[in-house]
Parts: sequence; C-alpha cells; structure tokens
Amino acid sequence: MTAEPLASAFIQEDVGERPWQRTLRLLAQRRMALAGLTVVAFFIVLAILAPLISPYDPLATNWAAVRKPPTALHLFGTDEIGRDVLARIIWGARASLLAGLVSVSLALAAGVPIGLVSGYFGGIIDGTLMRMVDAMLAIPFLILAISLAAFLGPSLANAMIAIGVSQTPIFARLTRGQVLTVKHEEYIEAARAVGNPHHRIVLRHILPNIVPPLLVQATLAAAAAIIAEASLSFLGLGEQPPDPSWGSMLNTAKNFISQAPWMALWPGLAIFTLVLSLNLFGDGLRDALDPRRG
Amino acid sequence: MTAFLLRRIALIVPTLFFVSVLIFGLQQLLPGDPALAMAGENADPAVIAFLKQKYHLDEPLPVRYALWVEGIAHGDFGESIRIKRPVKDLILEKLPVTGELAGLAMLVAIVIGVPTGILAAVKHDTAIDYGATMAALWGISMPNFWLGILLILLFSVTLGWLPASGFVTPAESLKQNLLTLIMPAFVLGNAIAAVMMRHTRSAMLQVLSADYVRTARAKGLSQVSVILHHALRNALIPVVTLGALEFGALLSGAVLTEQVFTIPGFGKLIVDAVFNRDYAVVQGVVLCTAFAYIMLNLFADIAYVLINPRLRA
Repeated sequence: MTAEPLASAFIQEDVGERPWQRTLRLLAQRRMALAGLTVVAFFIVLAILAPLISPYDPLATNWAAVRKPPTALHLFGTDEIGRDVLARIIWGARASLLAGLVSVSLALAAGVPIGLVSGYFGGIIDGTLMRMVDAMLAIPFLILAISLAAFLGPSLANAMIAIGVSQTPIFARLTRGQVLTVKHEEYIEAARAVGNPHHRIVLRHILPNIVPPLLVQATLAAAAAIIAEASLSFLGLGEQPPDPSWGSMLNTAKNFISQAPWMALWPGLAIFTLVLSLNLFGDGLRDALDPRRG
Repeated sequence: MTAFLLRRIALIVPTLFFVSVLIFGLQQLLPGDPALAMAGENADPAVIAFLKQKYHLDEPLPVRYALWVEGIAHGDFGESIRIKRPVKDLILEKLPVTGELAGLAMLVAIVIGVPTGILAAVKHDTAIDYGATMAALWGISMPNFWLGILLILLFSVTLGWLPASGFVTPAESLKQNLLTLIMPAFVLGNAIAAVMMRHTRSAMLQVLSADYVRTARAKGLSQVSVILHHALRNALIPVVTLGALEFGALLSGAVLTEQVFTIPGFGKLIVDAVFNRDYAVVQGVVLCTAFAYIMLNLFADIAYVLINPRLRA
C-alpha cells in the first residue's frame, strides 16, 4: 500500500464516479476479460446473422460430398451425409447461446426469489427451503439434468428446462447468503424503521445491493449451461437431429473419428472457445466488481 | 462436539426426505399414463394392467410414495423393465467399475492439482502462477467428452498405443484394465485437477502469510521445510473437504466419460436406461448417487472438525 492509490481514490470520489462507471473502468483494464467479452460478442453476432452468413443450408445433404476434408469449397469439411460443417457450426451457435441464456434466466427467476424469502424471513421458512435446496444439490448437476430430460422427453426446450432447474439451487444459496450479510446493514434498518413493507424492503433496498455477485455467478453459470447443453445433446437428450447443435455433432463425429477427424475438431473447438471466453469474462467481472480492489 | 455431530446428523433427515420426494416426483413428469409410458405405445392391455398393479398406479399419490419408500428401505429399488433384473443387482454390478474409474481420476486430480497449486502460491504473481491459473481455466472450460475424443484420435487412432474403448476387469488382467482406464481417468481427472489447483492455491496463499509460517521462516527453516511441514499441512484441510464436494462433478463427468470410452459403469447404466425408458433404473441410480453424496458430505464435515484443532473444542 502506497499513498498514491489512496490519493487517487480521493480524487475519484470528488468527481463522483458511480459504481457502474468504476466497474466499467476496472473491466476495461483487464485485457483477458475484454478478449473474452469480444469472443462472446462474436458468437452472438454469428448466431443472429446465421441466415445471412452461413455458406450453405445446415440441413442440406450432398451425397457427392460425403466426409470431405476441409477445402476451399467447404472450409471446415463435410459430415457423414455431406452437410457443410461450417454451416452447422454457425447455426449450432444458436442452440448453445439460447441454452446459456434461457437456462440461466430460468435459474435466476426461480432461485433468486427462493433465496430472498429464505434469507429475509429466516426461521422455519429458511430451514425448509434450504433443506429442499440441499436435496437438489445432493444430486450431481448433470445426473439431475439427465433424469429430468429423460422424464420430460428429449428436446432442446426440455434440456434448457432441466439445466435451469438444476442450476436453481446455486442461485438460491448465493442469494440467501448475500441477503444475510446485507440484512443487518444500517440502511436496511432505516428502511424498516420508517415503516416500509417487507416486499418493498426486499425488492427496493436489498435486491439492488446483491446484484453484483449474482451477475458474476450468472456469467459463470451460462458457461456451465453451455457445456451442459452440449453434454445432453452429446448423449442424445438435447437438440434432436437433423437440427444442428455442437454437442450432437460431436456425438456423430465420435463414430467417424478415424475416417473424418475434422468432424470432431470444429464443434469441440467452438464449445471450448465460447465457454473459455465466458469464464474469462466472468472472472474479470468478479475482480472488477470486488469493492476491495480499486 | 457431540452436540455438533448430533445436529449435523439430524440435518440429513429432512434432506433425505426431500431427495426421495424429488426422485419419486420425477415419475409424475411423464406425460400421460405412466403405465403406458413404461410399457411402450403398442403394449398389450394385459401388460399395462400388470404394471398398474405392480407399481400401485391406481393408488393415490401419497400411498404410492409410502409404498415406494418402504420398498427402498428394504433394499427393493424395483425391477428393470428392459433387462428384467432387480435394479439393486444392476447398481451393485456397475458400482465397482465406476468406483475404480472415479478413484483413478481423483488420483490424477490430486497428483496434478495439489503440486501445481502449491507451486502457483509459492511463486505468486510470477509467470508460473499465471501459467498455472490459465491451465486451470483451460481445464474447467474443456468439455471432457471432447478431450476424450481428441485423446482417442491421438493415442488410439494415430499412435495406436492405447485401446479406444472397452473395459477389462482387474481380475481378468490388471495390465489391460489399467491400459483401458488411463485415458478415461485422465479425462475425468483433468477438470477436477483444475478445481483442486484453484483451491490449493488460494488456501496456500492464505496460510503462507500467516504468523506461524513467518515464525517458522524466522527460525531459519528451509523453504521446503516451511512449505511442506508448516504451510501445506494446514492448507490441505479445506482442500481435502472440498475434494469430497467434487464427488458430484466426478459422477457427472463419469456419465460422459463412460459414454465416450464405452465403459460399462454407472453412467452408461443411467444413459442406457434413459433411452430404454427404464425409469426404475434411472430413479435407482439417482437415489444412490444422492445418498452417497449426502453421506460423503457428512463425513467431510466431521473430518473437517476432527482435523481442525480450532473447531474441536
């Protein structure tokens, strides 16, 4: 600790830097996090513009070009029934990103209210809700998702529901813990003292103050959800053929590993790159939102 | 101490209750008539009537739940519709296979994760630390089924050193058994190693700045002695207990790894059961894994208190 950061802290306070401005400034200093964000943005653009930029129809088979290695005509090669691998990678980004977005939204929508109620009211409500959360956490993530997907029936929508439900306890636990630390702060006591109703205290005073850790967890959970969707599709429980998904592409590629290794290379590389980028961004965001850093 | 133990054990009861409700409830997710779903679409009405009677499907829900729990308490997990064998026997048959794979994977994770974590902490904020942290992030982001496919491509297809799939029991041939398990164990251990490395690193960083470590250094002890005898011993306490929590990740990973390498274990059992709509098997496997996880967590908590002298009193 030198005097310099302390002095600059005072200057920043003078200009009145808002928390989100501070977070953006700290995030901008982290090159790895920015690189992660750029790659994620690239995949999002790819998914949105798929109909415009995809070189071929991802479902169109071509019996004259079965299992062809990468060429100028098919940059990533073709698969076992002559479909263009690059086109399927581009369209497959939709399934992966959708799974990340929808599953995490579901988990947030269910987990955060449970955590808020549990942490705020405490007592028997807390005890009961947390034992339920324990029960869900006791079943390994993927095994819970597989069994849910099995009973709901295999489809991308059901896979997203299964992943969302499986991630719910993580958000419930995190929210509850955060509420417990914030609950006894003076501004909450003050809000209570002036006669605010419970729902107002929870939604207007507690929730906005626990958003940062939830945001970090949501980013990392999106990475986990993308791997989970790929895993379920790999097992045949996610996106159903012939619709493209990186996981199901790998499932097929496994059977042609010695004849057409490129079929396994690209979808795996796509999953790895997207997940790594989300993790890099999540780690950077956590550091930028950490009030102890400056 | 006794009070802690009793309280901790008492907490298991409601958790187990909710786990059982959750797993029983899975059946209710089946669209339409469960007997029809179990028997398949063109089933004989006699078969459907038999299933209804066998699984008490005409009884009200709470009665069915009670009968189900009673059966499990007596070790009756139901029968596999597909293989026509008790679910318990199937689970007991597959357990040693996944047990061996998981054990070897944990060994891989510890051998890679712990030393790397120590090194990263000791060389804090150097290129070694950054390299190790990046490697951990790589391990966490790598889908293990893809890593499995890549390893098969390299070591089985290209080099021909290792078998791509299959499983040989240790009783048949220990050498063959280990050869078939090297790649799967590495694939499964890889992601856990990354988590272990992160835990070990942060625990070591905390311990290395503690007063007693500074005292040990001041006494003139060598760096190796300080790290191995003073710091590591204390840093490993949270790492060991967190290792128990990784059991879930190990089992999730085993499902995929067994699928890639065609290993007839627990994971293959549940995936095959899902596709054969063998719901009793799915429920049995989920129940067993949840029970094992709850027990392992209990032991980890107790071990944490027993190892940590500050919590013992």
